[in-house]
Amino acid sequence: MTDFLSAMAAFWATPVGWTVLTLVHVLVISVILLICIAFILLADRKIWASAQLRKGPNVVGPFGMLQTFADLMKFVFKEIIVPAGADKFVFILAPLLSTVLAMGGWAVIPFAPGWVISNINVGILYLFAVSSLGVYGIIMGGWASNSKYPFLGGLRSAAQMVSYEVSIGFVIITVILLSGSMNLATIIEKQAGGFWNWNVFGGSEGGWWHLIATVVMFPMMVVFFISALAETNRPPFDLPEAESELVAGYQVEYSSTPFLLFFLAEYVNIVLMCAMISILFFGGWQAPWPTPYLQHWWPFWVSAHGFVMMGVKILFWFFMFAMVKAIVPRYRYDQLMRLGWKIFLPTSLVAVAAIAAWRVFGPVNGVYG
Amino acid sequence: MAAFLLQYLPIVIMLAIAGVIALALMGAAWLFAPSRPDPEKISAYECGFNAFDDARMKFDVRFYLVSILFIIFDLEVAFLFPWAVSLMHLPHPAQVFAFWSMMGFLGVLTVGFIYEWKKGALEWE
Repeated sequence: MTDFLSAMAAFWATPVGWTVLTLVHVLVISVILLICIAFILLADRKIWASAQLRKGPNVVGPFGMLQTFADLMKFVFKEIIVPAGADKFVFILAPLLSTVLAMGGWAVIPFAPGWVISNINVGILYLFAVSSLGVYGIIMGGWASNSKYPFLGGLRSAAQMVSYEVSIGFVIITVILLSGSMNLATIIEKQAGGFWNWNVFGGSEGGWWHLIATVVMFPMMVVFFISALAETNRPPFDLPEAESELVAGYQVEYSSTPFLLFFLAEYVNIVLMCAMISILFFGGWQAPWPTPYLQHWWPFWVSAHGFVMMGVKILFWFFMFAMVKAIVPRYRYDQLMRLGWKIFLPTSLVAVAAIAAWRVFGPVNGVYG
Repeated sequence: MAAFLLQYLPIVIMLAIAGVIALALMGAAWLFAPSRPDPEKISAYECGFNAFDDARMKFDVRFYLVSILFIIFDLEVAFLFPWAVSLMHLPHPAQVFAFWSMMGFLGVLTVGFIYEWKKGALEWE
């Protein structure tokens, strides 16, 4: 038996064994992620329904819990329609690309201490890059359909995502200035010790002085949240899918599972944005109180503690996304562009300069030596 | 070097598995769903009309403008990333120098931004 175990241990250390182990690890996380997304999608519909005094889906399974899985089955049994004038290869590639990129972003998200698929030192840059690439799926879908509504939807969507990308970039810079690292685990570890050490309250360095930076960081959190809404084409910024003008935007010609893949990518991206806002501003897996008790806990319970904290934060932000969808009316396109370029961009640019000045000349300095 | 690149292998595996899941979903519909296309069904959707004109028509030049502006500002952000990481790891005099040199860079870009604004490149009516 011990021989077998040591042989197994030796196998896991070989390149092949390591790859197999990683493959299983990634597969398990992907499946868990997709199942969570299924329930989050249901939660979205339920919250939306409650805001309108409806019941929402309540037929399939207890409280409609299995609704998403029923929808999945229905999608699979529907005909895939490829329009005659469409560029067939790009038409099929677009939803695949959207899904792959949305899922790929999760590869660097740490769920709990040590629980991350790939702990790269440029994690946040990778997330920024992958979420920028998401626009390709949409513009390819809009262009390849060779139909007017998808074309206009794709154009609008590209311009919108690209505009808000810039302010997201600047907001991320302010967080990096506070953390001094692009590694997501490091960014989270620096926010330990209670909610007052979270980046939204100015990070943990510099004693109580850091709270002054809240004046800048709190608005930056709001800018990030609103830009995340625009980035994921969520209401009130769902101009690409404005059904009163463009039917369904870039998705008009899609049916069956290609449509499902676009839909899935959108929700995976939304939850990814919720995870990003939790990590960057709200301490990721850190509890909102000091946690000296964790050093006496078993590693399993420490991980569980982290999962619960991270999960609660992600769900809270998803609830905010859903409430915004239920409450806020849709923007007009010129208002949307004005908000992005004339308000968010200058504000976040000034915030970068302010946080940099605060770090260099403020009382926080000197901590790195 | 190999260990450094090995960190990125799980990401590649993640992308591959996402691709396999997406392809499996698409393949499932291709296998199980009926496929009976007819000329009406596969024509482009146009609110009940027959499609007239090419869908790949002329569009507003402002979309180009937005993408050009995006390239400028996204490059600016790309320059800020390494600066933001290393700023607090420098000794203090170097920090002050790094701060002011980046402020100079941002200042030049802000002048360009104000010019665009005054020229009306950001107007949508």
